[in-house]
Amino acid sequence: MNSPPTNDFAIRTTEIPDRILGDYPVGKVYDEMRAPDGTLRPHYQALATTLAALPQEELQRRKQSADFSFLTQGITFTVYGRDEGTERIFPYDLLPRLITAAEWRTIERGLTQRILALNHFLRDVYSDARILADKVVPRQLVYSCRHYRRQMCGLEVPRSVYIAVVGSDLLRLPSGEFVVLEDNLRVPSGVSYMLTNRRVMKRTFPRLFQSYGVQPIEHYPQLLLATLRSLAPEGRPEPNIVLLTPGVFNSAYFEHTYLARQMGIDLVEGRDLVTHDNIVYMRTTGGLKRVDVIYRRVDDDFSDPLAFRSDSSLGCAGLFNAYRAGNVTVTNAFGTGLADDKGMYAYVPRMIRYYLGEDPILNNVETYLLTEDVQRKHVLANLDKLVVKAVGESGGYGMLIGPHSSAAQREEFARAIEANPRNYIAQPTLDFSCAPCLFDGRLEPRHVDLRPYILFGDKVQIVPGGLTRVALEKGSLVVNSSQGGGSKDTWVLE
Amino acid sequence: MLSRVADSLYWMSRYLERAENTVRQLDVTLSLLLDTSDTTIETRWNRLMLSLGCTDCMAWSGDIDGMTRKLIFDPADPAAINSCIHAARENARQVREEISTEQWQRLNRLFHQMHSQQAELQSRGNISDLLGSIIDGIHLFKGVTDTTMIHGDGWQFIRLGRYLERAYATATLLDVHRESLLHVPEGENNGYRYLELVGLLRCCTSFEAYCQVYTADITSERILEFLLLNRDFPHALRYAIDGIRQSLEAIESSGARRAPEALHACVGRLQSMLRYTTIDEILRGDTGAFLHSIRAQCQQIHELLYSHYMHYSVQTALAL
Repeated sequence: MNSPPTNDFAIRTTEIPDRILGDYPVGKVYDEMRAPDGTLRPHYQALATTLAALPQEELQRRKQSADFSFLTQGITFTVYGRDEGTERIFPYDLLPRLITAAEWRTIERGLTQRILALNHFLRDVYSDARILADKVVPRQLVYSCRHYRRQMCGLEVPRSVYIAVVGSDLLRLPSGEFVVLEDNLRVPSGVSYMLTNRRVMKRTFPRLFQSYGVQPIEHYPQLLLATLRSLAPEGRPEPNIVLLTPGVFNSAYFEHTYLARQMGIDLVEGRDLVTHDNIVYMRTTGGLKRVDVIYRRVDDDFSDPLAFRSDSSLGCAGLFNAYRAGNVTVTNAFGTGLADDKGMYAYVPRMIRYYLGEDPILNNVETYLLTEDVQRKHVLANLDKLVVKAVGESGGYGMLIGPHSSAAQREEFARAIEANPRNYIAQPTLDFSCAPCLFDGRLEPRHVDLRPYILFGDKVQIVPGGLTRVALEKGSLVVNSSQGGGSKDTWVLE
Repeated sequence: MLSRVADSLYWMSRYLERAENTVRQLDVTLSLLLDTSDTTIETRWNRLMLSLGCTDCMAWSGDIDGMTRKLIFDPADPAAINSCIHAARENARQVREEISTEQWQRLNRLFHQMHSQQAELQSRGNISDLLGSIIDGIHLFKGVTDTTMIHGDGWQFIRLGRYLERAYATATLLDVHRESLLHVPEGENNGYRYLELVGLLRCCTSFEAYCQVYTADITSERILEFLLLNRDFPHALRYAIDGIRQSLEAIESSGARRAPEALHACVGRLQSMLRYTTIDEILRGDTGAFLHSIRAQCQQIHELLYSHYMHYSVQTALAL
């Protein structure tokens, strides 16, 4: 260990230059870069070496050129409530998050298993409801769910695939184990950031990227297109596939255009579609053209004013009837939000055992159901230590983070829980893992999660990687982009 | 192609063409102000407003710098250059998947440039640099449009927007300058007169092209002939109408439904009018009425395009 460096770039495992590292703490949480004894994890070695060899100004220059690249690509989101034109680039961190091949294999197997079980569950609940009859999942929980769609009962969906596009959120516990925090089965977003992050990173650190041997993710749009095509209605060999967007004011609009362009399919809005005799058409310059598959990025509620919310103009009147008649595939199917309800989440391990007869490969986070008296009492007594979430919300809204909350907030949640216990769940405050991020040329640890994107057509496919979301504020546990989170590229190593 | 997409591409292109036209006319006006001719600042400004078609939006206030900045930056004024670029970008944003990344990046860069501190500073310092850089931005966009976009229906709708806007704007410009062009008091053919005529040509970026055809011997009749009837110059009216005809035919032949007879007739009539008339005939007749009829026909072409390709009724479409 004491031999002198053979060249300028060689740095021993335990030695990281202070200039970069500053007072990077090794805390009780799992750190993606450093082992508890302060040494670098082997797969972070090359990254640290590269950083150490880069002069401060060069690092700054690369940061600026990456910023500029995001801005001109229009990867921005609009800051609401300010003057028009105030668009910010989506916050991101310049350093990649590294995942070893072995870790990835576990994640891949675990997610595949989980998606299969969730899809079984949806098909079951909307047909025979065996799992309810066998009392594995309480009937009451299903029928009280806001995202349960009675209209879907007894309806056969193509290939029995309800959830073709999924994004699941994973966290890493202090033990190093990955657990699933939630599944997004409605309209998961963020995949375009995964793809653009990679493009920018390849330009920012080309040599480092090459030296690492990173598994590619760039073929995601192609896989998505193949998935959609595989779900086309019978007898439509050359299906017309479209992406349905709520429109330019949606915060994920950039992603919709990005995916449509990368797949070479039309991006349609509700007003582009008309139905006639249970067939969906789009208005083109050459007249009406039949639509076969709709990749839907509009919520259930807003998809069809005749079947769902009648005050919505984002969808297409008559779409659901055409879907029922089997003349058009809409994916994800309607009513899939049932299975990503945070109350249903607690039962996913049981679903895996029930449908697949296997033990879950990826565990859940421990979850308290507040409809159970004992659990509710425990939660109400320990609100300052727990995280409480509204079951139907996403994006970090409707959440109480106990240790960071005020007495008034806790009281408010206690009242809300007593009033409607079905609407909330509680989980322990998790010390999930940190990864090094770059701030003013120094490394600092920030909490990160991981959202891999799963496709399910003929079979379950996951591109190796995903979106690593970062809580950019020091000590913060909230990674949602709507609440001050950012992202970083995720490199799954060969 | 989706009707809504065609609509957005068409307007994206019209707005950019409009921005370019405004920039050029403003630049020419500002440079004519440097010479102390008999024409007052106020007359020039009002003439500029008339030829931009905004008669009521910006009344002369006496503060030329303020008015200029307003015409460039005022977000509340739809005629402002900034507003046009903003509208073009909004349209592009809605068809982000149809245009190439290069196109989007060019337009986006232009938009951000207009909103930067630097643009504001330039407008107080060297305004013609600013105007020049806007024109550069628009030219770059047109360049990548032609080189990176597939020359399918989308590209043709971009061309339609560009040429219709150009034809309409040129006819308006000539109409506004008609009086001063054709009715010259005796003995007025001096240096100032020359500057005026060159200015008019530069409004259509056609000074050099004109000289190649007619030499630097500049007369108002020839200017009219050149800007109305020239077959080969992109900013001449006839060229623009020929372009519209070609694009319509290309859209039809790519499989879209045949355009209604009314549209064919309208474009064909306008094209023939510019093709088979001589400048002498135009000048002998009522030039004002002639220019006015061109504008009316452009407007009619726009409406027919709209009702056939973009906002048609579903009943008609289902009946086919």
